[in-house]
Amino acid sequence: MSATGIGAAVRRKEDIRFITGRGQYTDDVVRPGETRAVFVRSPHARAKIKSIDVSAAKKMPGVVDVLTGAQLANDKVGNLICGWMIHSKDGSAMKMAPHPALAADTVNHVGDAVAVVIGETLAQARDAAEKVKVDYQVLPAVTDPGKAKSGPQIHEVAPKNTIYEWALGDRKAVEAAFAGAKHVTKLDIINNRLIPNAVEPRAALAEYDAGTDHLTLWNTSQNPHVARLVISAFVGIAPEHKLRVIAPDVGGGFGSKIFIYPEEVVCLWAARKVRRPVKWTAERSESFVTDAHGRDHVTHAELALDEHGHILALRAHTIANLGAYMSTFSSSVPTYLYATLMSGQYAIPQIYCEVDAVYTNTVPVDAYRGAGRPEATFVVERLVEVAARQMGLDPAELRKRNFIKTFPHQTPVIMAYDAGDYNASLKKAMELADVKGFGKRKRESARHGKLRGMGYSTYIEACGIAPSQAVGSLGCGVGLWESAEVRVNPTGDVEVLTGTHAHGQGHETTFAQLVSERLGIPFENVSIVHGDTDKVQFGMGTYGSRSGAVGMSAIVKAMDKVIAKAKKVAAHMLEAAEGDIEFKDGKFTVAGTDKSAAFGEVALNAYIAHKFAGQELEPGLKETSFYDPTNFTFPAGCHICEVEVDADTGKAEIVGWTAVDDFGTVVNPMIVEGQVHGGIAQGVGQALLEGAVYNGDGQLVTGSLMDYTMPRAHDLPSFNVGLTETKSPSNPLGIKGCGEAGAIAAPAAVINAITDAIGSEQVSMPATAATVWSALKQAQPARQAAE
Amino acid sequence: MPAVSMTVNGKQVSGEVEARTLLVQFLRENLRLTGTHVGCDTSQCGACVVHIDGIAAKSCTTLALQCEGANVTTIEGLADPSGPLHPMQEAFREHHGLQCGYCTPGMIMAALDIVRRNGNDLDEHTIREQLDGNICRCTGYHNIVKAIAAGAKAMAKGGVSRQAAE
Repeated sequence: MSATGIGAAVRRKEDIRFITGRGQYTDDVVRPGETRAVFVRSPHARAKIKSIDVSAAKKMPGVVDVLTGAQLANDKVGNLICGWMIHSKDGSAMKMAPHPALAADTVNHVGDAVAVVIGETLAQARDAAEKVKVDYQVLPAVTDPGKAKSGPQIHEVAPKNTIYEWALGDRKAVEAAFAGAKHVTKLDIINNRLIPNAVEPRAALAEYDAGTDHLTLWNTSQNPHVARLVISAFVGIAPEHKLRVIAPDVGGGFGSKIFIYPEEVVCLWAARKVRRPVKWTAERSESFVTDAHGRDHVTHAELALDEHGHILALRAHTIANLGAYMSTFSSSVPTYLYATLMSGQYAIPQIYCEVDAVYTNTVPVDAYRGAGRPEATFVVERLVEVAARQMGLDPAELRKRNFIKTFPHQTPVIMAYDAGDYNASLKKAMELADVKGFGKRKRESARHGKLRGMGYSTYIEACGIAPSQAVGSLGCGVGLWESAEVRVNPTGDVEVLTGTHAHGQGHETTFAQLVSERLGIPFENVSIVHGDTDKVQFGMGTYGSRSGAVGMSAIVKAMDKVIAKAKKVAAHMLEAAEGDIEFKDGKFTVAGTDKSAAFGEVALNAYIAHKFAGQELEPGLKETSFYDPTNFTFPAGCHICEVEVDADTGKAEIVGWTAVDDFGTVVNPMIVEGQVHGGIAQGVGQALLEGAVYNGDGQLVTGSLMDYTMPRAHDLPSFNVGLTETKSPSNPLGIKGCGEAGAIAAPAAVINAITDAIGSEQVSMPATAATVWSALKQAQPARQAAE
Repeated sequence: MPAVSMTVNGKQVSGEVEARTLLVQFLRENLRLTGTHVGCDTSQCGACVVHIDGIAAKSCTTLALQCEGANVTTIEGLADPSGPLHPMQEAFREHHGLQCGYCTPGMIMAALDIVRRNGNDLDEHTIREQLDGNICRCTGYHNIVKAIAAGAKAMAKGGVSRQAAE
């Protein structure tokens, strides 16, 4: 392994600009003549817009224009769409309601935009927005997903507010397995609604060039090409070839910046109308009521086991709250990213999962770090842990008895796991966590009046999303391949244009490590270009832990082509047969001789084209590829959480965290560990601190960082992180992906630990001090009786 | 509009601002020093932390006019662009204390204030407690905590004392 090759903990290239304040985020971009947009938003969860009076606002100083939903409709701007078709059990298509970028007739959640003020300055636009008079007829709202079906109907297309009633698995076989079970564990689970809160708020800056009739959009996107495609093909703002989308430095995404949002559509539309650049940057309070939220499931789940603790079957019924409108990929999250992972790491013969997706008068819900897989893992890992306790078995032992041990393994819920070693990660985690010493630590905690508990989460996820034919057969509207272009310059340095997008993942470093190693050129001589539809040929973006497995594989394929072409050039230079040219460590050699040419010399010769006839071999050295993986990847591992609960206050403190993950090939262990840390923090946030709360009127009670508890440094411990490795056979690098693992594994580990500590399973997320204290109080009589 | 003058990163600057103009707006929009970020509207996230007369402050909750005559340091002023990085900047890079980079300038400026208040030998508990005013969504803080401890030590070695950190 070289100092900068695959497997090396190379320090990041991108850091220099970030630690010196020279990053370039969307809000940092300034265009000549730029105006500022401020949105007028609904304060009501559901209302009819009787009228909008913009006359006073228009007279305010510095106002360029005030635009409404009626004008948007008049200009035939199309609706936002959800790009993944789901069919109900009865065969009917999901009920996708119209989602205009500015509401014209009705508003359906607090924060729904009804008008936009374009001002010379932000302050002037903000002042004028306060003068827009909207006359609302307030209507009753529904926010609780459990009550959605009986609540007031939100959209004409969706009776009972039901988007789909979907199912996966063999219901009858599952019923038969339950009928023959010795033990059944039942749980009611609420997977709490989360608000992503990337620290950079979403932003959009649109500019219209009347001379060329071109639009440019700078925005905070994880996938600028997909944004361009949707804005062009569905919203109809401009044809793709006249729309450039640039996602510069992006300050965290976690899923929330995948989606196509109303604000970027409105900025583009407005920029053409006012013939000036239009910039919008969310205030945090706007982010809370406009960024797609995550999770929000209500689930009843059951696990059937035989007398030896072998799992016979699993069944679950979930109500998934998709909010007021169907966001870009919302339909796929509680279905094909959720039920398909219900087998966990276990050989479960039969699984049946029903999902009812509903509309409510809340912010749209879509993918948030892990997307469906954290919800599935929570169901499976809680069921397994509780079953072990109820049957008097060691939770690790019950897991071991049911682990899948041979591969490939076809689960009853679509996925075919191709590689893994679940015993290895469990064993290593138990060693690192010193599980043997837990009893002693528990007694020590007890001496200090604390209840200590330990919880496992042996999770699995499907990443590297994904083979296009596979996702296409499941309803996805796009292919999920990735593209790359490797440009070797005449001087021998290399630019790699990738369709993935980095917003914290460090692609500029890891991708350069790959290229440097494969082409045998210095790490410093490689630049990674992403996030600009005018530069990069096409790309599906970054989410689903796909950039390594899919994006880097595309780079490998393009590099293979570069090397093949370079060999032809080298053959002419070295006056040898092409078949005799070998390439190693950045040098082309004629086999069995000392004749050689360095990579840079070959690059120069490819461009000057003096040594070969241009009619026989095209000059230049630049190749592209579109890589489609052969399967999902299946990262898996074991997280063990230890907590101490203060019995007087109910406060749970995490006192130990061990994570052992199998991500396949690790390109940069430093970056991979960082991804694990961040994922765990988000999972711990879900388990202990975070929860979006709506009141009955549809007001978001947790609408600021003063009300919604983000994990801070003192809420978390340092993490003990280890790795095991089985290569993914579905891509040439053996990479599985690491971006979401922590967020997927962590919630179950925390709740398993707390419930172990207090001896009650009645702990919902977030397990705040009040929640845990109440569970303790309820459990006390039972505990005393037991003692 | 009223005028305001202050020293920013060692340079005398002045400009006309509205009474309501925040220091962060003055820095970002008037001076085009965009390293200082805004991540929230309730003074919670700390992405906007700068030093005013040597003490960390949230520039999103400070009026530009309050800083008349003050000495303001932003992330751009920590190290000479042509010289070496500040030891705390270097520590964040060395220990992978950043991912998306958005909270990073505020983290580094807050870290320096932790050193100013507590000295160069910082334990994990102190760092975690005193980082309360800064939110990072990417790193889980693990590497930020390591970076701050290492950066504080490096500052002592390199002769950057508590006072000089200001």
